[in-house]
Amino acid sequence: MKRREIDLAVIGGGPAGMAAALAAREKNIKDILLIERNHRLGGILKQCIHDGFGIELFNETLTGPEYAQRYVEKIHDKRIEYLTDTMVLSLSPDKKIIGASPDGLLDIRAKAVILAMGCRERTRGNIAIPGSRPAGVYTAGCAQNFINLKNYMVGKDVVILGSGDIGLIMARRLTLEGARVHAVVEVLPYSSGLPRNIRQCLTDYDIPLYLNHTVTGVCGLKRVESVRIAEVDDRWRPKPETTKEIKCDTLLLSVGLIPENELSNAGGIKINPDTGGPIVDENLQTSISGVYACGNVLHVHDIVDWVSMEASKAGVKAAEYLTGIKTSECNIKIKAGCGIRYVMPDMISGTRETDLFLRVSAPGRNKKITLKDKKKILSSVPKVRVNPAEMIKLSLNGLDLSGVNELEVQLEDG
Amino acid sequence: MADSIKKLVCIICPNSCELTVYLDEGEITKVKGNLCPKGVDYVREELYSPMRTVTSTVELKGGVLPLASVKTSKPIPKEKIMDVMDLLADVMVWAPVEVGQLIVENAGESGANIISTKKINKKRKH
Repeated sequence: MKRREIDLAVIGGGPAGMAAALAAREKNIKDILLIERNHRLGGILKQCIHDGFGIELFNETLTGPEYAQRYVEKIHDKRIEYLTDTMVLSLSPDKKIIGASPDGLLDIRAKAVILAMGCRERTRGNIAIPGSRPAGVYTAGCAQNFINLKNYMVGKDVVILGSGDIGLIMARRLTLEGARVHAVVEVLPYSSGLPRNIRQCLTDYDIPLYLNHTVTGVCGLKRVESVRIAEVDDRWRPKPETTKEIKCDTLLLSVGLIPENELSNAGGIKINPDTGGPIVDENLQTSISGVYACGNVLHVHDIVDWVSMEASKAGVKAAEYLTGIKTSECNIKIKAGCGIRYVMPDMISGTRETDLFLRVSAPGRNKKITLKDKKKILSSVPKVRVNPAEMIKLSLNGLDLSGVNELEVQLEDG
Repeated sequence: MADSIKKLVCIICPNSCELTVYLDEGEITKVKGNLCPKGVDYVREELYSPMRTVTSTVELKGGVLPLASVKTSKPIPKEKIMDVMDLLADVMVWAPVEVGQLIVENAGESGANIISTKKINKKRKH
């Protein structure tokens, strides 16, 4: 086993890992190793050939591969060392990393680590759809990989379960490639995708969206022959009398993303059950000192620009840790209160400018987000409209948090 | 009088205003639900001349991937989307390709070029 000592190891070469490594380099960290399990850098962006990336960060709309390429070029320019085809197998609390590479096993001892492993898709198994087990059932991202990278078409007549952004994007992509998308089925009373994707991916192509519906069965032995869908009640129970059968050869699932934290878990890093990602303080430091997390492994983002920004911060903070710059103690706990699904970070210092990132539990209009210390309201920010699909950034600048132990974030009527 | 009503969600900003558009023989007479004037502009463009950027792939020979991802260099009229897709089905390019490389000029008379969105190297011979 090859042994190496390194200052900073970044696990994952997608948008988060690349931005984190670059930010650390900007802060003069010389000894950086970026580790990617795929054959190329860029992560999921390589298969996201649609546009809409980069509006926040570059003020122009880019496709996924274009966005990734900007970072890949910087990684080369800044001579950041990276390994591809290298899978990290374990991370221990003393920051020892074991990886499998084409050159054999690697034993990497890092002084600091940035977790940037991204997320993966929830599968049929995760949501327990009844029925037979024929070919033709894919996660939306898997179908995207086949169509956009491998030149395999997944089917001709398609039903999509879940109206998250990947499902919507794939509805359009399949239609453009000649398939018929018969339905997008969403169990919630609203779509979990961005409004622009509903418009440009479904409405443009007259693809029906069935809200308050779910797939109750998959039929077919060798290949999918049809799926059954039914309306659900307010507790997501299918109403059998509303069942209808849709003939199709393919079912795509776009039913959510899960931060990929097997490494973090096994490494003893504490996880926030609301985000599925590590518990972090305002410096993006996890429960293990010197280990940072950013991007979709920390919480699932809707926009890659914010992943890059968060990752840059993680890179800067890891660099500060390596150069011995002390950070303020983070003792103020952040609590997701009524109407809030989660808040990141989990702890703040209250002594410096910081932002909270949060998602609401359900869509709403004319609301306000309040910050409370026990019962006392410290601030209240009006929101014309809130949507769980859109992450909210809340600045705490100028807020006096002296003496506060717990800050509760709530969604209230405005 | 052929009055009709259309519902649209404005996608200009995250407020996502739910717009109600009143039409008289295809002419917009009133827009309700918009918080700012951009909503009216959005309705006008969406109803009279909707434009879209098309992104897709073309066959790639001799590269490390079998496909090159491409896009229209600017948004094209919505009704031209399928013309462009039909045209792309017959396009084949050779590796290497660079981001921004011209693939097809004035695709399907849309006024937009098709350009590559991915850098793909040549496959090395063994």
